[in-house]
Amino acid sequence: MTPGLRRQRALAEYTLAAMARRRGKNIGLVAVYAAVVFFVASAMLFSAALRREAAIVLSEAPELVVQNLLMGRHELMPGAAVETLAGIRGVAGAQGRLWGYFYDRVNGANYTLMVPFDPALIPPAGAAIFGEAIPRTRDHPWLGAPLFLSRHPGDLVRFNAAGQLTAAQGLVSSDLILIGEADFRAFFGLPPEVYTDIAVTIRNPREIDTIVQKAEALLPDARFVTRDEILRTYQKIFSWREGILVALAGASILAFAIFAAEKASGLSADEAREIGILKAIGWDMRDVIAMKLWEGGLVSVGAFLAGTVAAYLHVFAFGAALFAPVLKGWSVIYPDFPLAPEIDGIEMTALFFLTVLPYLAATLVPIWRIASADPDQVMR
Amino acid sequence: MILQTPILALLLAAALSNAVALWTAWFGLRVLRGWDIASGSRAQLRLERRTGLASTLFGFVMLIQIAALLLFVFNADRMATLFVGAMCAVGTLNVNAYGFPALYLKIAVFFAASLWLILDRVDRQGRDYPLTRLKFSGALLIAPLVLTGAGTELAFFLGLKTDVITSCCSKMFTPANDGIAAEMTGTAPATALWFLGLAGVAVAATGTVSLAAARLQWLFALAGGVFFAAALTAIVSVISLYVYDHPNHHCPFCLLQREYGYVGYALYVPLFAGTALAMGAGLLSLFAGTGSLATVLPGALRRLVWASLICHGLFGAVVLSVIATSRLVLFG
Repeated sequence: MTPGLRRQRALAEYTLAAMARRRGKNIGLVAVYAAVVFFVASAMLFSAALRREAAIVLSEAPELVVQNLLMGRHELMPGAAVETLAGIRGVAGAQGRLWGYFYDRVNGANYTLMVPFDPALIPPAGAAIFGEAIPRTRDHPWLGAPLFLSRHPGDLVRFNAAGQLTAAQGLVSSDLILIGEADFRAFFGLPPEVYTDIAVTIRNPREIDTIVQKAEALLPDARFVTRDEILRTYQKIFSWREGILVALAGASILAFAIFAAEKASGLSADEAREIGILKAIGWDMRDVIAMKLWEGGLVSVGAFLAGTVAAYLHVFAFGAALFAPVLKGWSVIYPDFPLAPEIDGIEMTALFFLTVLPYLAATLVPIWRIASADPDQVMR
Repeated sequence: MILQTPILALLLAAALSNAVALWTAWFGLRVLRGWDIASGSRAQLRLERRTGLASTLFGFVMLIQIAALLLFVFNADRMATLFVGAMCAVGTLNVNAYGFPALYLKIAVFFAASLWLILDRVDRQGRDYPLTRLKFSGALLIAPLVLTGAGTELAFFLGLKTDVITSCCSKMFTPANDGIAAEMTGTAPATALWFLGLAGVAVAATGTVSLAAARLQWLFALAGGVFFAAALTAIVSVISLYVYDHPNHHCPFCLLQREYGYVGYALYVPLFAGTALAMGAGLLSLFAGTGSLATVLPGALRRLVWASLICHGLFGAVVLSVIATSRLVLFG
């Protein structure tokens, strides 16, 4: 071992022993510090998990969605447009989609009714497949109980349960009701040959822009939404909410930095005597600074690890109970979905910057002031 | 766009760095005017004490700046999904005119910071702080760089508008353009590899000579600088092709992505560290005759050269493994 390393090891050893002598004070400091880290880390981990969830869900979405507009509002799409879009070179397929919203007066929730593309998911006439939240919020007495929907007073439509969607894709499917096309048109009173919008699949993602240009010429009234735009919007919303929370946490970081600076500059009589003795037996300023830096480093690393681990458990084991309403958004039947645990480097680096830098910056000057004072001055 | 956590972290780091850099520059002026190690006056004693604080603070900022370069690049790469047309960090940096200048300034600060930290470390080992004046003149020069870098970075972040259509790396790194990126892209793969190999031999040779003879470290530094240029050219011209298994994709930033196993970090970190250490050795060799450093300097120089050689070796090993594991056949 080189002399430099040996010196650092001795300093670390000494610092740990000195900190253990003032256990109560140091545990208090680490606890407050860890609470600050916990707050910021929870916000970051949770919104990162939401961003990932959105990206996974959207990877199955069609490359392009075409909606009809009338007076700037969403309008039904005539069926002929499907053929028009399918005829553009580079389009792998175009399909009219049928979906709509239904407000349930029983529990005040909004459902999404939809006719699935996948033939395996199309239920028989008079039956429906429900998302996992619907039986839950309607207090269904048994699994597979039929669902009754009332469009207006005196009206009741019965859908037998043909199955239930799993919670695996909870973010998008928890409020979903899948029914057949005939049932859908009858339920909403929709004429034949119109669709809610059109899903266009495109084989080569580089051709999307060109295909949109061509389609705009053919369907001048339509609006074109690409999958990348939707994904980008989700990423922006979740990042922005995370940023707001972190910026709010700035106040607590600042308060903590002031607290840490106070703590570092106001020495207890014990500590002052200790430093006085160290200087009297031959430690110089640099040794004292190095020892104090070790102390700051140990406190920071301890608090950072404790806060991050607590935040990880909070988000991935307890569903981020403290922040979920702010970051997810809110609705009567919010999906109940488990987040896939993942940690990534950029988040941890940013977290380290945001929490450890203010602490080190706040304590460096007080440390130097103590270290550079004369022994008799410190001890007096 | 400023409310993104990594951006907030970078801005916090920049704000702290600016405050410290300004104070250190001001203090540096006082050192340059009043430093006299032979004097026992009260002013000199106070100055000596404060240099301890200034060195610690500025060293701390230099470390932050080195970490901030990584975070900046990492963040630019991550934000690419938010911009139309961007596929990697190049797209993000191209969103407005401040992106690439901010990156170049960050790289400049990285090298300046590394050299300053090496100077500081050696200076602390000499009994009479022989390099103090030089160190603080250095801080005076670095401070404007840090401030400009922070300003450019802020302008870049404030100007990040997501409705801008930016250009992808495949538009920038193509031999059809003008400019240095195109020149590097257009270099024939064989030429670039030969150049890199020769530069590697030069680094190894000058390193061995400077270890054996305990002098000529400046030659090693020179070889390190040439190797750096050769390595960047080779990365753009040929190594990236091997990583992507694609004969026309030259981007030096896509290497940093998860799809390619973050191999970019394995290439750039040893390359930048090795170059900075070699330059540090060259810089220190200028003070070989300085009184109190005579006993410390040879050891420090030897360690620097060794560390630099190890970094270069790591870079070479990564390059060889990339070429060996690639399915692309460029020659023969």
